[in-house]
Amino acid sequence: MGYHCIVLVKQVPDTANITGEAMKEDGTVNRAALPAIFNPEDIHALEAALEVKDRFGGTVTAVTMGPPKAADVLRACLYRGADRAILLTDRRAAGSDTLATSYILAQAAATVGDFDFIFCGRQAIDGDTAQVGPQCAEKLGLPQVTYLEKIIDIQGKTATLRRNIGNGWEDVQTPLPALVTVIESANTPRPASVKRYMKNKFKRVPLELPADSPEAAQAKEKGDLLEQWGLDEINADLQRCGFAGSPTKVFRIQSIVLKKEGFASVEPTEEGVRSLVRELIEDRTLG
Amino acid sequence: MMSEQNRNGEVWVFAEQDNGKLHDVVLELCGRARELADRLGVKVAAVLPGYKAEHLAPILYQHGVDRVYLIDDPRLELFTSLPYAETVIRLIQKHRPQIVLYGATPLGRDMAPRIASATRSGLTADCTDLQISDVTDAKTKEVWKDLLLQIRPAFGGNIIATIVNPFGWPQMATVREGVMPMKPADPSRTGELIREVCDLTDSFFGVKVLERKLEEKKVNLKAARIIVAGGGGVGSRENFSLLFDLAAALGGAVGASRAAVDGGFIDHDYQIGQTGTTVRPALYIACGISGAIQHRAGMQESAKIIAVNNDPDAPIFSIAHYGIVGDLNQVIPMMIKAVKERN
Ligand SMILES: Cc1cc2nc3c(=O)[nH]c(=O)nc-3n(C[C@H](O)[C@H](O)[C@H](O)COP(=O)(O)OP(=O)(O)OC[C@H]3O[C@@H](n4cnc5c(N)ncnc54)[C@H](O)[C@@H]3O)c2cc1C
Ligand SMILES: Nc1ncnc2c1ncn2[C@@H]1O[C@H](COP(=O)(O)O)[C@@H](O)[C@H]1O
Repeated sequence: MGYHCIVLVKQVPDTANITGEAMKEDGTVNRAALPAIFNPEDIHALEAALEVKDRFGGTVTAVTMGPPKAADVLRACLYRGADRAILLTDRRAAGSDTLATSYILAQAAATVGDFDFIFCGRQAIDGDTAQVGPQCAEKLGLPQVTYLEKIIDIQGKTATLRRNIGNGWEDVQTPLPALVTVIESANTPRPASVKRYMKNKFKRVPLELPADSPEAAQAKEKGDLLEQWGLDEINADLQRCGFAGSPTKVFRIQSIVLKKEGFASVEPTEEGVRSLVRELIEDRTLG
Repeated sequence: MMSEQNRNGEVWVFAEQDNGKLHDVVLELCGRARELADRLGVKVAAVLPGYKAEHLAPILYQHGVDRVYLIDDPRLELFTSLPYAETVIRLIQKHRPQIVLYGATPLGRDMAPRIASATRSGLTADCTDLQISDVTDAKTKEVWKDLLLQIRPAFGGNIIATIVNPFGWPQMATVREGVMPMKPADPSRTGELIREVCDLTDSFFGVKVLERKLEEKKVNLKAARIIVAGGGGVGSRENFSLLFDLAAALGGAVGASRAAVDGGFIDHDYQIGQTGTTVRPALYIACGISGAIQHRAGMQESAKIIAVNNDPDAPIFSIAHYGIVGDLNQVIPMMIKAVKERN
């Protein structure tokens, strides 16, 4: 028994390390030139789910939506202690904004079924929107607790959680099932376990292997296949997925041009600094 | 079904309040909502859920609001996601505004996505600018009249994206505090109070707030006319006293880059930038700050920028009005001296 936690994890381009080479001429980002990483806050979401499992018993299912390569984050979840991992991948999901993404992830969670918690990161660093979590909660008719700081207690179908509210914290009690978004200060993620790494490192989703190849047949035989679902497996309404299901349209993308207007170089000397102060008094910047 | 466009719909601001006080970002949004509504020829309305919050309506009128939808209910005294979101959802369905703006506060970012999901409308987070314009579809050449342009940095601030919602109205956006300047209040303005009832069943109130602890904000960077900000180049917590001395001499406040915060030189409350506070002071003095895009995002609208950096190639110089290439440990004391001289 215990609690069944679903964790929504995302693979994202490492936007912290964007360099000139990652920008295309037209000002868009060349995702291929960026290393793909486990969205930082999602590692904390996974840790929260593992904490529930450790303290109160249960199982953890990791779900991600993305291209076949996103199976990397699923393996990372298995190394750390997830029991089950599912990749949602479907060409018809391309172009999904947060509304369509949350619809698809909510359908996936409903298909997995029978859960007590859905844990998400607060936000993904590629978009910084923080919308997918609350939108999934709404789609599933679940209560939501955002910005988890601490799991205080869980008893029966009630969880007591501390959430960060920006200018302080509050403790809330929520009925389960509930959706919870997690911030970095909530916990310290455990490292991957060597044993689990050895056990799971060869796991692949079918799309990572050439179709009908000996490798694919072998992986299947050895039980090394990870679950891979498309939109049909989750009974998705195609009108609500991909471009069709996305009300937000990108109208224009501009790269940032640094403005350089009226620049004055000031000598790092007493006289230089003094004349600068005088100028600022004259133009009333200094009162 | 996605809702249809309502060309006569109002422009709405979600009036976030706590303990009988409006959040500053609400009044900032009212100013912009007024401009957008004037452009569209429609009214500005504020949605004000809470308990005993009626006294806030006149403040909203004075900042440009024509109409306040007040939902007064003891059960709405403290924010929880479901009842607040559901209250706004029902009002949107009833009155069909064309635009709804929210502060990108912890509360706004919790509630707005839920509303967008229920109404199946578009929502753009953390906009840095909002405008009205006709938009031509690149493929079909169809022209959509008077859409809300939702402008925001994307990919960690490396590009600026403009988002529109031709379908799926209302068009909704969140905006961070400090991004839009607050317009002065006009005491002669009045408006119309419309009382709406909260007819939510108890099932919406499953989440209960047991205890709350608010921490007083120690730092008020937004109000400062002059900011002296230090970065990784300051080197230590002790050395930050130089910046406090200069700020004191100028009657300004101290700010910091993330490198200074991460280095433990100063608390997070002082951080300026994409993940800190957005400021637009009359004067910004950046000392030992390289000028990474995430930092610039929070200060580049400052009226005057002085950069002190010993690396002549630091990016901060490309947005500075005055650049001093030198060691801050020498330059700042000179500045303090020069400022004291003029007094
Ligand atoms: C998602 C995301 C969000 C972020 N949000 C923010 C944010 O909100 N705010 C923010 O600031 N950063 C933010 N960052 C971090 C940002 O990318 C930079 O790492 C940070 O701004 C660097 O700070 P810095 O310029 O002070 O430090 P450094 O990069 O260490 O630069 C120090 C500068 O000081 C100069 N210097 C050194 N010694 C001296 C001296 N004695 N005298 C004069 N000059 C000297 C050096 O030449 C150098 O230019 C964010 C990053 C990410 C990925
Ligand atoms: N494609 C995805 N697959 C799985 N989880 C996702 C995906 N996109 C978003 N999420 C979850 O939603 C959170 C918020 O994402 P965002 O709204 O994009 O900032 C993330 O931290 C993830 O937990």
